[in-house]
Amino acid sequence: MALSNVLETPLPGFNFDNAARNAALEGLYDGGQTPKPMKTGTTIAGVVFKDGVVLGADTRATSGEVVADKMCSKIHYIAPNIYCCGAGTAADTEKTTELLSSNLTIFSQTSGRNPRLVMAVNILQDMLYRYHGQIGASLILGGVDCTGNHLYTVGPYGSVNKMPYLAMGSGDLAALGILEDRYQQDMELDTAKELVRVAIHAGIMNDLASGNNIDICVITREGVDYIRPYQESEYKDSRYRPGTTPVLTKKVVPLKLEVVQESVQQMETI
Amino acid sequence: MAAATMNPFFSQNINQNSLVPDWTSQEVSTGTTIMAVEYDGGVVIGADSRTTTGAYIANRVTDKLTPIHDRIFCCRSGSAADTQAIADVVTYQLGFHSIELDAPPLVETAANLFRASCYRYREELSAGILVAGWDQRRGGAGSPSQWGGSGSSYIYGYMDSNYKPNMTKDQCLELVGAAVALAMERDGSSGGVIRLASISEAGVERRVILGNQLPKCSTH
Repeated sequence: MALSNVLETPLPGFNFDNAARNAALEGLYDGGQTPKPMKTGTTIAGVVFKDGVVLGADTRATSGEVVADKMCSKIHYIAPNIYCCGAGTAADTEKTTELLSSNLTIFSQTSGRNPRLVMAVNILQDMLYRYHGQIGASLILGGVDCTGNHLYTVGPYGSVNKMPYLAMGSGDLAALGILEDRYQQDMELDTAKELVRVAIHAGIMNDLASGNNIDICVITREGVDYIRPYQESEYKDSRYRPGTTPVLTKKVVPLKLEVVQESVQQMETI
Repeated sequence: MAAATMNPFFSQNINQNSLVPDWTSQEVSTGTTIMAVEYDGGVVIGADSRTTTGAYIANRVTDKLTPIHDRIFCCRSGSAADTQAIADVVTYQLGFHSIELDAPPLVETAANLFRASCYRYREELSAGILVAGWDQRRGGAGSPSQWGGSGSSYIYGYMDSNYKPNMTKDQCLELVGAAVALAMERDGSSGGVIRLASISEAGVERRVILGNQLPKCSTH
């Protein structure tokens, strides 16, 4: 995807190129609110502990002032030993992490090596830098590889930071307050999980764009424990539990498949 | 010093969500104070450790002294993403050059590589980079003492009055440490810890001056 304004500086003043298109789009809504892109308002955090890495995230995705998804999954799979929390534009974090995961899988299979975190970080940094911030993805990558337990953050413009504890998203200040106060080196698993839980909880309580449940993902040499949800919101809407809508009739129609053509091809064998 | 500055045109073109603070969409910048001082046999480099996104400190323990080769470092100021990207590109180019040459590269070569990238893409980049190191021929930092970054404006007077030619390595370390501390005191975009490195034929020695060990500057 070529960025049209990389080599040419944009002209000063207002650019009315999209005015006609925007008017047509607004016409479709007839005076109502046009849709806003879905952002994961978000509080995400990560902590390195003695045996690995703990990642945590809230589960609220907002579209303007509306909660678009109450149980959004912000901890994305990258590799068996690497997971990534994403904040920013929901579509961007989702697709970027999927792309990264695909590339690392291909790499694993062709080289026969398990992927390392630095490789994931470099690929992300390359891609996000190339797009100069147009891809709104702030990511926290955590994982365990042959070189140890690592936690990195990659910003939307392509800057990378390696830290023992991190928080990103709109609720990061609240979460970071907790982490700065209570982080210790070489924590035990339970302490680390509790610390991340409290940090995300602080984000949820103090940031309107973060909320609902808390997901936790623990990555160690032995494997991954993806606990979703780790803590459920106290404010769940229990009026619409499964079974609320009674089933009146049920009709099952099996699809009749008939064999149309059957052929036998001899395989050439050596 | 290789430099390219521009006000970035690129900003997140998503509708402004009022729930999300606007520093989340601002570019991460190393506000910075960076310095390099030559001594006989090597060079001492120093930097603060603060990276900001608007008014928020994204990283308070940043390492702005980036190795480019075994005996060549660069001090980064400006956009965090741009300087990291340029440093990666030059590390590759210099490494390739060194392998082809079958000899350790010159500091001057590294500086020219930085200059090439910074100049060619000067419209798109925001980067101020100091290159320093040791090599067989001249090494150094281009001139006896160099400084850059937003915090450096506050220490021109200090450097002019306290820099003397032919200092020893320890005197240089003390000078750089004190100067960066003074800049951090006055510049909002500089702070954290002081990272120092001394580069000579023998190798690279790195050290950190933590917040509570900062040289005491003023009496109030």
